Amino acid sequence: MSDPTPTNPGITETERDELRRHGILLTGLEELYNWGRSHSVWPLNFGLACCAIEMIAASMAKFDIARFGSEVFRPSPRQADLLIVSGTVTKKMAPQVVRLWNQMPEPKYCIAMGACAISGGPFKQGYNVLKGIDRFIPVDIYIPGCPPRPEALLHGLVQLQEKIRNQAIAGPDAPRHLQAEGDCNCPIPECGAHDIEPAQNGALWPKPPELVRPTKS
Amino acid sequence: MNASPFTNPSTGAHVRSVRSDLPGDLMEVSMGPHHPSTHGVFRMIVTLDGETIVRLKPVFGYLHRNHEKLAENTSYLGSMPYTDRLDYLNSMTNNWAYARAVEQLAGIAVPERAEYVRVILAELTRLLNHTCLAGFLMQDCGCSGTPLMYAFREREKILDLFESLSGSRMMCNYQRFGGCRVDPSADWLARARQLVEEYGPFLDEFEALLTGNEILLARTQGVGRLSAALAINAGVTGPMLRATGVNHDLRKVDGYGVYPRFQFRIPLGEHGDVYDRYMIRILEMRESLAILRQAFAGLPAGPIMNPAAKLRGFRPKVGEAYGRIEGPKGEIGFHLVSDGGPNPWRYHVRAPSFINLTILEDLCLGHTVADAVIILGSIDIVLGEVDR
Repeated sequence: MSDPTPTNPGITETERDELRRHGILLTGLEELYNWGRSHSVWPLNFGLACCAIEMIAASMAKFDIARFGSEVFRPSPRQADLLIVSGTVTKKMAPQVVRLWNQMPEPKYCIAMGACAISGGPFKQGYNVLKGIDRFIPVDIYIPGCPPRPEALLHGLVQLQEKIRNQAIAGPDAPRHLQAEGDCNCPIPECGAHDIEPAQNGALWPKPPELVRPTKS
Repeated sequence: MNASPFTNPSTGAHVRSVRSDLPGDLMEVSMGPHHPSTHGVFRMIVTLDGETIVRLKPVFGYLHRNHEKLAENTSYLGSMPYTDRLDYLNSMTNNWAYARAVEQLAGIAVPERAEYVRVILAELTRLLNHTCLAGFLMQDCGCSGTPLMYAFREREKILDLFESLSGSRMMCNYQRFGGCRVDPSADWLARARQLVEEYGPFLDEFEALLTGNEILLARTQGVGRLSAALAINAGVTGPMLRATGVNHDLRKVDGYGVYPRFQFRIPLGEHGDVYDRYMIRILEMRESLAILRQAFAGLPAGPIMNPAAKLRGFRPKVGEAYGRIEGPKGEIGFHLVSDGGPNPWRYHVRAPSFINLTILEDLCLGHTVADAVIILGSIDIVLGEVDR
């Protein structure tokens, strides 16, 4: 498939700004489409642990996530664009989180909010705690903190909007759901005898290279 | 007895109508772990006869973060930040309960000023928790937005105080064994006093919106009635217990800290229903304001930390201790067993959310699903503490 958008629109940024000052808006379909999408990211109404309280705080009066177009927290994954993994994901909860992710329609995005969602955080040593949700689902934005402040969540959201604005809608750089052979579903882990199986999604979390120790001669 | 289409022949599990006079099948509904009204990742398997609940099975453990096991492998002080994350709305009271347990275990005295500061922070936490609870309860009733917005507006003011004192909004990690980490400045105290003065008018406004509201009365009165006998037998504590009319508040019973020096009353309920639980919390907030005013007036000068308290190389002698305080949700206690080492040999949390939740089925039977949601909301659980 060839790229329908020309690589050189034949007009510079300065010329475009000059036209905009005269009330003439020149844009492409991709830009317009992404501009619209990036300002109506609807998150899933889904809280896991402590970070969920800060997520609620971000949607309340003082921080007001509505300024960024994301105040519409949807209870159903079918209506949501954004999964905010806000808190510790335990091994009992991981299958449910992946299932929710699979139930969301594309295009969809994921924010790992807080240390636990990123890596297990302070509870990493625990036997029941997943060491990061990015082992199972693709994460777009990581927000560090324990818990991150609401401002940090807003910053993460702005970064996500930036990412959405720069997405191609066709061609080889298009996101996975626009690729012909792109698979949007992640395998759902199950509770095994000792651990959840599989312990990670192989496509997202490849096995680290074999450690070669120098042999004593 | 009617056969159910939901019978599973392979496992033999099935649901049958318990009332033979009522035709029709029962239905099993799984609410959660992702459900907007379950306050986190709690799951209820509800068996419904029409819309009436005939059985309710709670499923826990979706947020089991191995708190106790981790604490048994860290130093005593190293567990302090983990206690913040138990009941993440009320980190200050969790800190205090844990500090009390260790202070009892090691026999550390606490300076008077630190005791006053602890009371101030605990009562501010109580204000924060009860305000948020009222907001969430209204959210569960279907009033989405306004009360929760008001509650979180006030919560932010208290969190600003916590942040300027401890450096963190939610996870304060402020109490230490033998005192508090930093001394509140005169400026901080002035701001806290200002907040207390402004909180009364906010409560008036909040109550004008809610307390006499017809929809609230219709939804909550007579719903989820808890008897005093069941509450005592199940070990229910806190506002849940006092809403049934049992006068039990550790601030009076134990008289820990400097609480005996303050004049305050214990609000008691009559019916033990959801409305009483809501009302008890509103009244407790008013008493908290009275305690705070007295604490500001009586705050003595002096050290904030016991100079003899040892932070590094802390090894309490062999023994065990149980420290408890009246947290906003009920009796929060820590049971520690020391073998003389740097970490506790056994560390157990008596989590009020978890124990108050055990009577959920008794409260919900005979009510509708919509009522189960507000009953759960009125119990006031935080899943971090339920599952630990």
